[in-house]
Amino acid sequence: MASYIVRRLLLGIIVLFLVTIIIFLLIQIIPGDPAITMLGPQASKEQLEDMRKQLWLDRSLPVQYEHWLSGALHFRFGTSIYHENIATAIITRLPITLYYSLIALVLGSLLGITAGIICAVKRGSFLDSLITFFANFGISVPVFWLGALGIYYFGLKLTWLPIQGYTSPFDNFWLSIKHAIMPIICLAIPAVAALARQTRSSMLEVLRRDYIRTARSKGLLEKIVITKHALKNALIPVVTLLGLQLGFLFGGSVLVERVFNIPGMGRFLVQGATNKDVPVVQACTLVIALAVVLVNLAVDISYGWFDPRIHYD
Amino acid sequence: MQTEPAANVIIESAAPARQTSEARRIFRVMFSRWIVAVGAFIIIAIILVVIFAPLVAPYNPNKQALEIRLQQPTREHVLGTDELGRDVLSRVIFGTRISLMVGLLVISIASLIGMSLGILAGYFGRWTNNVIMRITDAMMSLPPLVLALAIATAIGGGLKGVILSLGIAMVPGYCRLMCGQVLSIKEDDYITGARSLGARDSRVMLRHILPNAFPPLLVLLTLTIGSAILSEAGLSFLGIGVEPGTATWGSMVSDGYKYLFTNPLLSFAPGIAITLTVLSFNMVGDGLRDALDPRLRGTL
Repeated sequence: MASYIVRRLLLGIIVLFLVTIIIFLLIQIIPGDPAITMLGPQASKEQLEDMRKQLWLDRSLPVQYEHWLSGALHFRFGTSIYHENIATAIITRLPITLYYSLIALVLGSLLGITAGIICAVKRGSFLDSLITFFANFGISVPVFWLGALGIYYFGLKLTWLPIQGYTSPFDNFWLSIKHAIMPIICLAIPAVAALARQTRSSMLEVLRRDYIRTARSKGLLEKIVITKHALKNALIPVVTLLGLQLGFLFGGSVLVERVFNIPGMGRFLVQGATNKDVPVVQACTLVIALAVVLVNLAVDISYGWFDPRIHYD
Repeated sequence: MQTEPAANVIIESAAPARQTSEARRIFRVMFSRWIVAVGAFIIIAIILVVIFAPLVAPYNPNKQALEIRLQQPTREHVLGTDELGRDVLSRVIFGTRISLMVGLLVISIASLIGMSLGILAGYFGRWTNNVIMRITDAMMSLPPLVLALAIATAIGGGLKGVILSLGIAMVPGYCRLMCGQVLSIKEDDYITGARSLGARDSRVMLRHILPNAFPPLLVLLTLTIGSAILSEAGLSFLGIGVEPGTATWGSMVSDGYKYLFTNPLLSFAPGIAITLTVLSFNMVGDGLRDALDPRLRGTL
């Protein structure tokens, strides 16, 4: 077990190292002069010179990388083109994105896995067709359009919910919930859909197996067969998908935070992308990659609990 | 010696028959669910709209007429007009061209690069596999939309930049699938046979492995064209790579937000177009998967 975790950790570190190289190279693939791209053609000579110095563009490639990496390791990312400290901005914005994404993930997995189990157990029924249809819809619908529908019906027509903005639960709990409902639903729908589809198909796969027939033929209650024998085995691929879903939720946050004007990481990333502010984009992508790698690490290590056939040695 | 030609004749005559029955089986399994048939029908309709857009669209999508701006649906303008008096229906119709073109180009780039890398990684194994798959892992730790956003920021260049960025961001999926396929096919007897007959590596990869790895790739192609269209809509919603004046579905939804209360159709119509298109490709992809390789259910 310990050696497996160590090996998996080492692999995670290698992957993160490669991620840093990919993200670092972003600034290198800018056609022409990155300083001009970032500051625009009307920038003065001094401004351009300052930017080049700040980004260490006047040094050799390995020196630049080393400088950038050591900065990143100390959580120093420099300043944005608005002279905002990038690390501070991330620290204030990341919790908002995590708060929404994690609730959406929990909601998504509870609803998605339950829906998937219902579909598999009641295969071919009307309920199965209905849920499957909504799951297919959920993976195909753009979240920014769901946002438009939500704002229109619940915000503008029924005026039940505020149309935009963010309130911290520590400032005004009731208002913060009202603000959170629509964005979290928008984020959760694709996750519910993907997880329901995955759970349904892997449950159907498992329910065909011999050990399920054995369990049934020895007279176990169907409830026990489903929950104890089938579910645990069927959840393995679902857990893998769960790890990937957090990444997709971060991707979704980029859109949802724009729709509902939420001051999170996603919005910061888009702001950086729109301004061609490469250091901001680099910092945000790195933080997102770090979160995804950590979650997938946890997922891989948790397999042992789900599948007793997996031994860590 | 005389029986040999006879045997050949039988094999040759049997082969086409087997092929047609196989095609028929694929067709039957694929369309056994009505929703797949509906999806296929919609895709055909979309392709026709793409080809005949100028004939189908009632107006020029970019023709401005400020005197009729922000009109509600009328008989002349079925979906109303936008803030510059342009016909919304015509813009949605022309938007189909961009979405489909981007989708096709993105999966072409992603599959070409991804398949080549995957086949190399799977075939040569060892350090080639290690290097390629670790880079793939690294890319996969970034959500495709975020990765594409980051690449598009750096390379810029409007729609071309978006296509290239999404294409690169979608490489890892193809690379992984191909590598897995090659690893299992590589052990088959006919590969050993081909090698022992002296076939070069490149021949084994292109003539023997690639065709056998094709069915799951076809499924992945159909399923990812939907996500490519969805991601492009997302990027154009965010204003990345949008060329001013061009009608893209994502940017239309975004522009419509300002008039959501008075003219909700401005955002709703292109959104429905995106959902319908992506849903159709996903349904056909699902159907193809059930017909070609049901074991892939859940993995693709």
